[in-house]
Amino acid sequence: MKKKIRIDSVLISIAILILISVPQVYGASEAYKGNIYKVGDLKPVDSKLKVKVKDLAPDFTLPSLSGEKVSLSQYRGKKNVVLTFVPAAWTPVCSDQWPGYNIMKDIFEENETVLLGITVDNIPTLFAWTNQMGKLWFPVLSDFWPHGAVAKKYGVLRSDGVSERALFVINKKGTIRYIDVHDINKRPPLEDLVGALEKLKK
Amino acid sequence: MKKIYLTLPVIMVLLLTLVSTVLTANKAPEKGETLPVFNLPIPKNPAEKAYLGLSGDGFFKIPQIKAKVVIVEIYSMYCPYCQKDAPGINELYQRIQKNPDLKDKIKLIGIGAGNTPFEVEAYRKTYQVPFPLFPDKDYTIHKACGEVRTPYFIVVKNNEDGTHQIVHAQLGDYPGAEPFLELVLKASGLK
Repeated sequence: MKKKIRIDSVLISIAILILISVPQVYGASEAYKGNIYKVGDLKPVDSKLKVKVKDLAPDFTLPSLSGEKVSLSQYRGKKNVVLTFVPAAWTPVCSDQWPGYNIMKDIFEENETVLLGITVDNIPTLFAWTNQMGKLWFPVLSDFWPHGAVAKKYGVLRSDGVSERALFVINKKGTIRYIDVHDINKRPPLEDLVGALEKLKK
Repeated sequence: MKKIYLTLPVIMVLLLTLVSTVLTANKAPEKGETLPVFNLPIPKNPAEKAYLGLSGDGFFKIPQIKAKVVIVEIYSMYCPYCQKDAPGINELYQRIQKNPDLKDKIKLIGIGAGNTPFEVEAYRKTYQVPFPLFPDKDYTIHKACGEVRTPYFIVVKNNEDGTHQIVHAQLGDYPGAEPFLELVLKASGLK
């Protein structure tokens, strides 16, 4: 009798697991072959923003994939800036996000905007990972050391050391105009970002 | 009493497996099978509607497309290989349209896995895609197709009696317009 109950509960737990397991549908591009690490479903947001819309965006300087250092302030008075933080290289949703921006160069240019991709990974990892995406037209910055310092400054560093999936739109004056700390498990729809860029003109 | 304890979990597991298979197919559509059941919206654009031989509003299923063969590409605007193959798929469309023997027999559509209507439009504009593309914002179709990696090509043959079957399916590895068309013609028996 006791044994039966145990079997019963095991089967029920299996069934529940089947039901709640969220299928991984991101990072499905054949370009990555089997190299995308499945992270499972994560807590949607795991940090507290330290900036808000209308704030002056905190300046930073980070090394980029091309070897140059990039500072936010170098665009002041010249270009709008979109910061796209993605949690980590070789993970499902992130691997899906930048390749989309990569074919949208026109939209960024039309809106006099530069895009800066940022992760907490080191440069060699970013190099290998972004190579799978084809040639990216925008700088990719490494917020690796001190670990996640820029992410922390903006309040998008999660408790496990990766960053949120977050978008910041900063105008030419250096003011934050749009923030989307997105559910880490989902890709932000392109139209939301494009809408925010078009609002900058007004 | 004993019997109940045995049958209850068995029934539950069976039921739940059934539910989860309806939600998510376990495997990709393959040669010899029929397509998973899903609906696409009838395009509003009259040229696309005419291309697919559809009329009215509402929804349709792929075998209702007026053609002997339908080539379906499951892609995403976020997928680097889909982007790379896009010009070659456009060429496939052009080759079919330029051939009077084929243009009414073979039709081509794309389904944007996880792509919003805006994202599908952005992709269409970037690559000047000349054939109908359908958004699959919530991955509903992608799930019905076993969450295939992208790009995934499915060649469907519509039979005279209203039935259909998949005569070819492949993940990536797009060989270019000419060899792929050759493959489609052979697999479907059009040649």
